[in-house]
Amino acid sequence: MRYLPLTPSDRAAMLEKIGADSVDNLFCDVPAAARLGGNISGLPNHQSEIEVERFISALAAKNIHAGSCPSFLGAGAYHHHIPASVDQLLLRGEFLTSYTPYQPEVSQGTLQYLFEFQTQVALLTGMEIANASMYDGATAAAEAVMMANRITRRRRAVISGNLHPHYLAVIQTMADLTGFELQIAVPAPGTDENFSIDEATPCVVVQNPDFFGRLHDFSALAETCQKNGALLIVVVTEIISLGLLKSPGEMGADIVVAEGQSLGNGLNFGGPYVGLFTCKEKYVRQMPGRLCGETVDTDGRRGFVLTLSTREQHIRREKATSNICTNSGLCALAFTIHLSLLGEKGLTDLAELNHAMACNLADALAKIPGCKILNNTFFNEFVIELPKPAAPVVDELAKFPILAGVPVSRFYPDNVALKNLLLVAATELTTDKDIAILSAALAEACA
Amino acid sequence: MSELRYTKDHEWARIENDITICGISDYAQNALGDVVYVELPDAGRIVKAGEQIAIVESSKVASDVYAPMDGIITAVNDTLSSNPGLVNEAPTGQGWFLKIKFSDAAQYAALMDEKSYTDYTKGLHE
Amino acid sequence: MIDLDTPLIFEQNADGRCGVDLPAPPKYIARLGNIKRTYKIGLPGLSEPQVVRHYSRLSQKNFGIDTVFYPLGSCTMKHNPRINEKLARLPGFANLHPMQPMQTVQGALELMDILTDWLKKLTGMAAVALSPAAGAHGELAGMAAIKSALIARGEKRTKVLVPESAHGTNPATAAALGYSVESIPATADGRVDVAVLKSKLGPDVAAIMLTNPNTCGLFERDIIEIAKAAHDAGAFFYCDGANFNAIVGRVRPADLGIDVMHINLHKTFSTPHGGGGPGSGPIVLAESLAPFVPLPYIVHDGKNFVLIEHSKDAKGTKTYGRLKTFHGQMGMFIRALAYMLSHGADGLRQVAEDAVLNANYILASLQDIMNAPFDGPCMHEALFDDRFLKGTDISTLDIAKALLDRGFHPMTMYFPLVVHGAFLIEPTETESKETLDAFITAMRDLVVKAKNGESEFFHQSPRLAPRRRLDETRAARNPVLRWRPVGKP
Repeated sequence: MRYLPLTPSDRAAMLEKIGADSVDNLFCDVPAAARLGGNISGLPNHQSEIEVERFISALAAKNIHAGSCPSFLGAGAYHHHIPASVDQLLLRGEFLTSYTPYQPEVSQGTLQYLFEFQTQVALLTGMEIANASMYDGATAAAEAVMMANRITRRRRAVISGNLHPHYLAVIQTMADLTGFELQIAVPAPGTDENFSIDEATPCVVVQNPDFFGRLHDFSALAETCQKNGALLIVVVTEIISLGLLKSPGEMGADIVVAEGQSLGNGLNFGGPYVGLFTCKEKYVRQMPGRLCGETVDTDGRRGFVLTLSTREQHIRREKATSNICTNSGLCALAFTIHLSLLGEKGLTDLAELNHAMACNLADALAKIPGCKILNNTFFNEFVIELPKPAAPVVDELAKFPILAGVPVSRFYPDNVALKNLLLVAATELTTDKDIAILSAALAEACA
Repeated sequence: MSELRYTKDHEWARIENDITICGISDYAQNALGDVVYVELPDAGRIVKAGEQIAIVESSKVASDVYAPMDGIITAVNDTLSSNPGLVNEAPTGQGWFLKIKFSDAAQYAALMDEKSYTDYTKGLHE
Repeated sequence: MIDLDTPLIFEQNADGRCGVDLPAPPKYIARLGNIKRTYKIGLPGLSEPQVVRHYSRLSQKNFGIDTVFYPLGSCTMKHNPRINEKLARLPGFANLHPMQPMQTVQGALELMDILTDWLKKLTGMAAVALSPAAGAHGELAGMAAIKSALIARGEKRTKVLVPESAHGTNPATAAALGYSVESIPATADGRVDVAVLKSKLGPDVAAIMLTNPNTCGLFERDIIEIAKAAHDAGAFFYCDGANFNAIVGRVRPADLGIDVMHINLHKTFSTPHGGGGPGSGPIVLAESLAPFVPLPYIVHDGKNFVLIEHSKDAKGTKTYGRLKTFHGQMGMFIRALAYMLSHGADGLRQVAEDAVLNANYILASLQDIMNAPFDGPCMHEALFDDRFLKGTDISTLDIAKALLDRGFHPMTMYFPLVVHGAFLIEPTETESKETLDAFITAMRDLVVKAKNGESEFFHQSPRLAPRRRLDETRAARNPVLRWRPVGKP
C-alpha cells in the first residue's frame, strides 16, 4: 500500500527488537470480546488512485456547480474569483503539512502569516486587535456573546432578527447548552429595529450588511450601548463589503466577528471556512482562540510566537475562556495571501465592482412585472419580492441550469410573510450576460 | 510587622495590626518562571481562607492563589499590572498581591513558619 | 539553508501598487446610503511576484510532515496524500454553494452519506453527526448529546468524571456545558484508577470522558468494565477519539461500550493540519444517543438525499439545534473519504498495526537510556519522563530544542501532565524504519550528551533553525498582536 513504508522484513526486525512474536502481542490489552478477527466487513479493500479518482469524480459530476452556469447565490457564502497564486502557495508542503506552531523556532512561516492576518483583519474591521481565526463566522458570533457575558457579568443578550439565520441558530444553541438568555427580534427585512437595552443586557448583536442585504450605520446604537454598559457586537458575513463601507470599528463596535470565506476560500459546499474575531485591546484576556504575538529571539532578531495561551484550554482546562483548540490555519493563510495580492487599491476596486454588478442586476430585475426590490441600500446582495413563492421558482430555474439565488424560505420555512422573497447576490464574476439570462428566465417564471 | 508565615499552597502572609498582607512565596515564583500577568480581585470582596482570590500566570502556566485567612480585601497591588516581574524579583516585598482585614488571628498562627515551610518544600521536591 | 529576509507585508507597501488586475466597473447607480468608507483601510500594496516570493520564503521557515519526521504525540502527523487535495479541488465540489437547491448537489450529499457509512462501520456505532468543525467542537456536540439525553430522561446530573491525564479540551468542554469536573487519578500502570472511578459514580454523574488509548499511549484494559459501571450508574460514556489511529480497523469503539466519540479527521484520516487548522470533528453515537444530534443531517427519502435543516423536519431525532453555519467541513469530508477508499478495510487495519509497531520500536530502542514510566507494550505512542535528566540542569524542553538542529520536529513535551517532563512520541504508520532509526540515533546521541552534563550545548539550542529561542515572557507581558504604522500607538 503506497502510504505504508514498512516492508515485511522491516516488521520482522522491529518485532525482534521489541521482543514480541507478532504484532498481535502488542494489542494484548484489548479485551478479547473487542478483538476483531479480521477486516471490518462491509467495507471494500484498498484501491489505487485510479479507482479512487474515478469514484469520487463521478460524485462530483452529479453536481451543478456555480462555475458552470449563471449563479446568484449569497446568504453568507459568496462566489468570488480566487487568484491562481493563492492555491499554489497553499499547496506548499511546509504550509499544508505543518502543525500548530508550538515550536516557534521552526514555525516562523506560520506565525508570521498569522501576525499579518491578525493585522489585516484588525485594519479591515477598524478594530484594535484580532485573533488567529475561528471555525467560522457563526461560532465566532456565539463566542463573542459568551465573551460579552463574561466581561459584563450579565446574561440576557439582545440579538437583531436580521442576523443570518444560521448565526442566530448557533447563538441560540450555545445559549441553551451553556445557560444564558437571549432576546431575539423577528426578522424584518426593510424596517428599522428598536432594541431594548437595560442593565441586564451584556451585548447587542447586529449585522452589516444584514441578512437581507440592507446597510446600516450603527454609530448611534454604539453610543446607546456604551451608556448602558453593554457591548456592541457587529457581524459581517461578506467581508469584501469592508472594501467600500464604513467599518464597524469606525461605528464604535466593541467586538466585530465575521466570515472570511469571500477572501481566498472557495465555496466548498459550506466548509471549511474562516471565522474572524476582533475586539478592543482592553478585552484581550477575555478573547477566545489563538493569538500570535511579536517578540525577539536570543540573537535579538524579531520573531513571532503564540501568546496569552493561559486563556486557552490546554492550560486553563475547565477555566478556559473557551474549549477551542484549532483555528482555521490554512483558510486564514488563503485569506491573507488573497488580501496581500489585492491590497488597498485592489480591495477597493473589487468592492466597487461587486456593488456595480449588484446595482445593474437590481435595475434589470426591478423591471420584471410583479417583482419588487425591497432594498434601498445594499452592497452586493439584496432581496427581491416575487409575485409567487420563491422556492419553486428557484427549483424551476435550476433546470436550465441557473442558480437564481437563495429563497428566504429555505431558512424560514414557516414564515408566510417571507415566502415570496429571494436573496440575490452578484460579485465580480457576474457578467452582463448572466444578468440578461436571469432576467429573462425570472420574468418568464413570474408571468 | 510580623514574620512571614506560609500556606501549603505557597502563599505567604504577614500581619500589620488588623491587616494581613499576602503574596506568593519565593519557592512558588521560582517554580512558575517569569510571571507575565496577575489577575487580582476587587477590593471590598469578602473571602474565606482557602478561597481562590487571584491567578498568577507565566507564559505556560496559570496558577490559582488562595486566601490565607478569612476577611475583607482592603487593597490590591496595582503596580503588578504594569510590572508583573516584581513577583519574581521581590515576591515577599514589592511583589505582594493584596491586603485583607482579617477576622481571626488564630488562622495566622496556624500557618507554617519559615522553617516548617522550608522543610515542607524540601519534601515536595523528590 | 540561507535565512532569507522576510519583512512584513506592511513593510513592503507602495501606495497604489496591486497584485490583482480587475475589469473596470460598468456604469451604475450606487446604493450605499451614507455609509461609504471615507478613509484608508491601511492595507499594503504589493505586486504578484512580491506576494509569491514573500509567502514562498515564509513557507521555507516551517517544518512540515513533507520535509521532516514530526512525531507529535496525540496529533497523528501522518503523510497527507495529494490525491486528497486534487479531489477536494474538483470544481464539482469546490464551486458548490451550500444553499443550492438540493437536487443540484446530490453528488455532494451522497459523498457525505458514504462517509457516514464508513464511520459507522469502522466504529460500529449507530449514528453519525458530521457538522462539528474540529475535535473540540465534536466534544461539544457529543457532550451536548449527553446533556440533552439526560434532560429528556428528566434527570439532573451535575458532574463529569475526567482522568487527570485528559487533554484540556475535555474539562473545558464539560465546564462550558455547566458541569463540574472531577478528576480521576491514574494508577501506577498508567491507566485510569477504576476503583476511584467507580467510587465516584453516582446519581449526580452525567458522564465519564475517557480517551482510549489514553494520553499515556496505553490501552485502557478495563474499559468494558468501566463502561458497564458507568451505564449501571445511569451515566454516559464519552470517548475522546484523538488516538483512534492505534485501533482503527482492529477494534470498534461500540464493542467497548462507548456511547459517543468524536473523530479527528485531521488525525486518523489524514486531512492536513494546515498549520493549525481547519480540522473536522464528526461524532459517532450509540443508539441511546442517536436521537440527540445537531442540525443539519442527511436522510434519503427513497429517491433523493435530503438535508434536514429545521427541527420541524427532524423526524425520529430530538435535535438540540445547529452548531455551525451550513453543513460541516465538506473539504475535509472529501479528503477523508479519498483516504478511506485508498486504504480500504484491509489497509486501515494495517495502519493501526504499523502505527503501534513503530511506536513500540521506538520504545524498545530508547527505554534503556530514557525512563518509560509505564511498562509496555504501548499503543501508537511511546511515553518517557525526565527522570533520566536528574542531576543535570537540562530539561525536556532543552532536548526538544536540540532535536530541531538535527532536522526533526520534536515530540510532544510536558503532556500528559500526570508524568513529569513528559516526552510523548507518536511516529505514525507512514514513517519508514530508516527514518525511525535516524531519529533513534539522534535521540541516543542527545541523551548521552545530556547525561554528560553538556548544559551549554542544550541551553543554546537551537542554533540552526530560522530563529533561536524566542522570548515568550516578553510576548506575554507586553503583547504586540499586530503591526502598527510608525507614529500610531
